[in-house]
Amino acid sequence: MTTHAVAAPPARTGRHRSGIERRQRVGWLFVAPFLVIFAAFLIFPLIYAFGMSLFSSTLATGTKFVGLDNYLKAFTDPLFLGGLGRVALYALVMIPAQLVVALVAALLLDNLATWLSKASRLLIFAPYAIPVVIGALMWSFLYSPRFGPAGTIFELFGLDAPNFLSSGTIFFSLVNVVTWQWSGYYMIVIYAALRSIDPAIYEAARIDGANGWQIATRIKVPMISSSMIMVITFALIGTLQFFTEPTVLRSVASGALPADYTPNMYAFALAFSYSQFNYASTIAFSLAIVVFIGSFGFLFLTRKQNGLK
Amino acid sequence: MKSKILAGVGIAAVAAAALTGCSSSDGSSAEASCTNKIVNEDATQVSVWAWYPAFEDVVDEFNNTHDDVQICWTNAGQGNDEYTKFSTAIESGSGAPDVIMLEAEVLSSFSIRDALVDLSEYGAADVKDNYTEGAWKDVSSGDSVYAIPVDGGPMGMLYRKDILDQYGIAAPTTWDEFGAAAQKLKDAGAPGVLANFPPNGRAFTQAMFAQNGSVPFVYDNANPTDIGIDVNDQGSKDVLAYWEDLASKGLVNVDEAFTADYNTKLVDGTYAIYLAAAWGPGYLQGLEGSDESAQWQAAPLPQWDAADPVQVNWGGSTFAVTSQAKDKEAAATVAKDVFGTEQAWKIGIEKAALFPLWKPILESDYFRDLEYPFFGGQQINKDVFLDAAAGYKGFTFSPFQNYAYDQLQQEVTAVVVDASKDSATALDDLQATLEKYATEQGFTLQ
Repeated sequence: MTTHAVAAPPARTGRHRSGIERRQRVGWLFVAPFLVIFAAFLIFPLIYAFGMSLFSSTLATGTKFVGLDNYLKAFTDPLFLGGLGRVALYALVMIPAQLVVALVAALLLDNLATWLSKASRLLIFAPYAIPVVIGALMWSFLYSPRFGPAGTIFELFGLDAPNFLSSGTIFFSLVNVVTWQWSGYYMIVIYAALRSIDPAIYEAARIDGANGWQIATRIKVPMISSSMIMVITFALIGTLQFFTEPTVLRSVASGALPADYTPNMYAFALAFSYSQFNYASTIAFSLAIVVFIGSFGFLFLTRKQNGLK
Repeated sequence: MKSKILAGVGIAAVAAAALTGCSSSDGSSAEASCTNKIVNEDATQVSVWAWYPAFEDVVDEFNNTHDDVQICWTNAGQGNDEYTKFSTAIESGSGAPDVIMLEAEVLSSFSIRDALVDLSEYGAADVKDNYTEGAWKDVSSGDSVYAIPVDGGPMGMLYRKDILDQYGIAAPTTWDEFGAAAQKLKDAGAPGVLANFPPNGRAFTQAMFAQNGSVPFVYDNANPTDIGIDVNDQGSKDVLAYWEDLASKGLVNVDEAFTADYNTKLVDGTYAIYLAAAWGPGYLQGLEGSDESAQWQAAPLPQWDAADPVQVNWGGSTFAVTSQAKDKEAAATVAKDVFGTEQAWKIGIEKAALFPLWKPILESDYFRDLEYPFFGGQQINKDVFLDAAAGYKGFTFSPFQNYAYDQLQQEVTAVVVDASKDSATALDDLQATLEKYATEQGFTLQ
């Protein structure tokens, strides 16, 4: 911002510099309340939790300093690694699913200009407006063999409804819940990116003989690739930290969803069910390390398309 | 320039005013958030966390009859919900109530973290004779007493007389008869099953094993680092194999307990028998969707050996004094006296359907002859639960009972739901898992 500097002649440097400093001080004053809360509720707890993760506390023998041994234990803990494998599998399945739904919806809505497209946008986005816990609770009832509609629907075809909450099917049940909830949000992001493309490009393409499909795949998608990368990064971070939906569904499917199903759930169970707060901090930080590596790695691999310098 | 300074000062003032809204709460939080009314403002206030139904009436009863101490009660959640809050408060060093309702199975998990006060120094011996031997053993560890018993869960069998009569089945008295009855019900083409064996039974599953002689844990707070673990004894294996057999033949369901589905099936006739604790009737009565024509009756729990009946307990709760209590004397008084009067227990029995462990009521004619309308006027205490309570000898839980239950649930699920393991292997695996965990936590295996 150089609007004020342009007008100031060099002869008044002394007063001018204090003017800038005063503006900076006022700026800090405005940001101060946020910084205080940010520090108190984010920075300090992180430092404290990291400190806790360097100690080991067992039920029988109390607390002692162990340095990074806890991290060694975490990265060789079969429950943690199993959970990581599971969320990685979820990421491999869920992210393409959400992306495909969001992309197709955004492309379709971009082509239509009728009131139907506005209504559809709202409907697709609506699940995102529902709090995650409420959405998961609703789905737990929808999946319930007794209260859900599956029994009635399958009976129409003369088939037996599958049990959506058994160990074999819970994976796809959870994929379904998350895709339903988040595709709308990603669709809006992609749609906004699509809207920012200059329509003159489409005209030029049509003149060159491109049909709708070619416009979509050869022009639109590459031009919004940075938005898509952003969407994938958010989805990746969220999926690796998968917690809310499995925890809510645990109340109806605790056999299929053990307490350590995902690393975040494992950290939660360690802290609040088994009173192992130090090791829980370690698991949380270990997960954070994996998420960092995952997301920065992904951004690095897509550095040509992601639009970040 | 002036307006900017003014704006900056204004923002700072608003921020300061907003922050003072977060008033300091290190002494006043308990008083500020009582659910009940305080009768005597000057008396010492003791904060209590409990989730009993109709507890507010019991608290009012106490507050009206005690001038020197007043209870300030909040419902901090049921079962595990309350325990996670308590666990966090212990870890952080503040925020725990003075007196807390705890099920007997988690007492050693908290006493090992020095979160509970040893009540033997606060007059626990005065009330010891008011409780049964089994109940007192559950709250003691060696010479220390960590809580005062409140209610118990002696087990019995609640059955749908109308369903059993319809198919000509007599209420089983042994587990062999139970298996035969289940087969007969299925052969007759009944829409439901005889009973349910929940994989997440936790204390229920443990009680079933205990009935066949299982003593899974040997633990004493006097030697807090020693623990004996024996979960794969032959008695437990036989019990689990029995249920595995019934489940594999489709004679019992394996639905998870306490879900909405399970609650519906309990009352709509899908299960003809509900193997219940004495708080089971209260639980049943609170559920929606009951079958109008249902006739429930209570009978003693089926036995492995009719000649040598073994009584077991499922659940039941106590009041413990936490180490964060400011006035431990007052807190101990509350723990001993809140459910220590006839009036309190009349409320507890009639409104909350609790099963008292306090002998003056337990052994009274009033309780013995009480007719329960839900059971068509049957005197279920005389018929079933008093003998069950009297025969109960107590039980020892581990100091990591939550973890043990989670592992037990995984193993039982593998056996009866996924059918991926047989019961003997599952219990052997459970033994190995628990031993490994105990060693990691610094315990010495006995």
